[in-house]
Amino acid sequence: MDFRFDIIVHYLPVLLKGTLFTIGVSIVSIIFGSILGLGLGLGKMAPKAYLRWPFHSYINFFRGTPLYVQILIVHFGLIPPIYGKTNALITAFVALSLNSAAYSAEIFRAGIQSIDPGQREAALSLGMTKGQAMRFIILPQAIKRMVPAFGNEFIVLVKDSSLLALVAAPEIMYWSNTMKGQYLRIWEPYLTAAVIYFILTYSLSKLLNYIERRV
Amino acid sequence: MEPIITVRNLQKSFGAHKVLTDINVDIHSREVVVVIGPSGSGKSTFLRCLNLLEQPQEGEIIIEGVSLLSKDTKINDIRRDVGMVFQQFNLFPHKKVIENIMLAPVQVRKWPEEQARRKALELLQKVGLSEKAEAYPASLSGGQAQRVAIARALAMEPKIMLFDEPTSALDPEMVGEVLAVMKDLAREGMTMVVVTHEMGFAREVGDRVIFMEQGQIVEEGRPEQLFGSPSHERTREFLSKVL
Repeated sequence: MDFRFDIIVHYLPVLLKGTLFTIGVSIVSIIFGSILGLGLGLGKMAPKAYLRWPFHSYINFFRGTPLYVQILIVHFGLIPPIYGKTNALITAFVALSLNSAAYSAEIFRAGIQSIDPGQREAALSLGMTKGQAMRFIILPQAIKRMVPAFGNEFIVLVKDSSLLALVAAPEIMYWSNTMKGQYLRIWEPYLTAAVIYFILTYSLSKLLNYIERRV
Repeated sequence: MEPIITVRNLQKSFGAHKVLTDINVDIHSREVVVVIGPSGSGKSTFLRCLNLLEQPQEGEIIIEGVSLLSKDTKINDIRRDVGMVFQQFNLFPHKKVIENIMLAPVQVRKWPEEQARRKALELLQKVGLSEKAEAYPASLSGGQAQRVAIARALAMEPKIMLFDEPTSALDPEMVGEVLAVMKDLAREGMTMVVVTHEMGFAREVGDRVIFMEQGQIVEEGRPEQLFGSPSHERTREFLSKVL
């Protein structure tokens, strides 16, 4: 079997741009997803069932349906009425952030609930408000425990961002598909894409191991 | 004189399980009240109601003239003045000893850092742990941790201190150092409510001993009276098991 390195070299500049897009969209989505996820996670721990319900439903919807479907709904359903037309970049950020928020919410909830209730009681007994107890006592301890789970979520996000090729967001898979279309070759585009994703996720897991040891 | 704590007809249940039935107590300023009783008697729950870590269903708790269960009462304001020491210490493991003590004065009382630090160092000296200021809680023995926890509560300059079995999680050889700190506090005139199994402490330091069983106050009185000639059969039975 001949393997045409020349077409990979030809596509390298756009693949590199696609890689940057993938990295960018993953970073932005994990950040917005975490912020939104913290709110959702706290909401899901609300004392009253009717207060928990909307958060519960959100999380269930986004965890219970394929990201593939969510991307299509966001791209063709959600964005056009707001933005006026479809836009792959906006879809990329919105769909991945909303999806990641649902998973982050569960990470936050599990992390917060893993902290001994005595910590909260001690904080409250000193006159702290619930918010102060959360901010100074519970979250700093919980976040340490969440690092591995967030690492996993980040890695999954990087890989799942490949589904954005569906709406022609210019990420790695989009350019690989283009390459396949142009040269009618299978191994070169897809193996290259696989290698790029692997390098990304592998470096990421190494980085996360390092962070885990530090915190 | 007005009692500093008044408890009237306090009722508390967890689901269908009744934990406190009709508790009535007056506690005066500078008084040391020791609550004893078998496990499951509701004594810890009673104590935790006094700063609303447990929400009672019925009754009234009045601390310094303020009704805790009234809708207008900000419980955080009451808790500033009511320190609590827990069986499991509950020190903040991610903060140094000194930071554990300084946190609430700075964040809740809005003291300047310097003032809080001075107070914290002073209290560490008082509990004999000046050299541990920069240590993390994980490096402390149980007795040291509990003394830090006492210092942390005292940093808020509370008017009342609640102790929830403060020595029950300690190795026997460390009980003494914690009780010594508590005795000092009592001598200084701190109002204290202490749930404990340390009958020696109750006898020596308590102004009054309350015996609870099955969510009710069975008997209360001066320690020499309650230990010497208990008037209820259930009190006698309990004391014969623990003394």
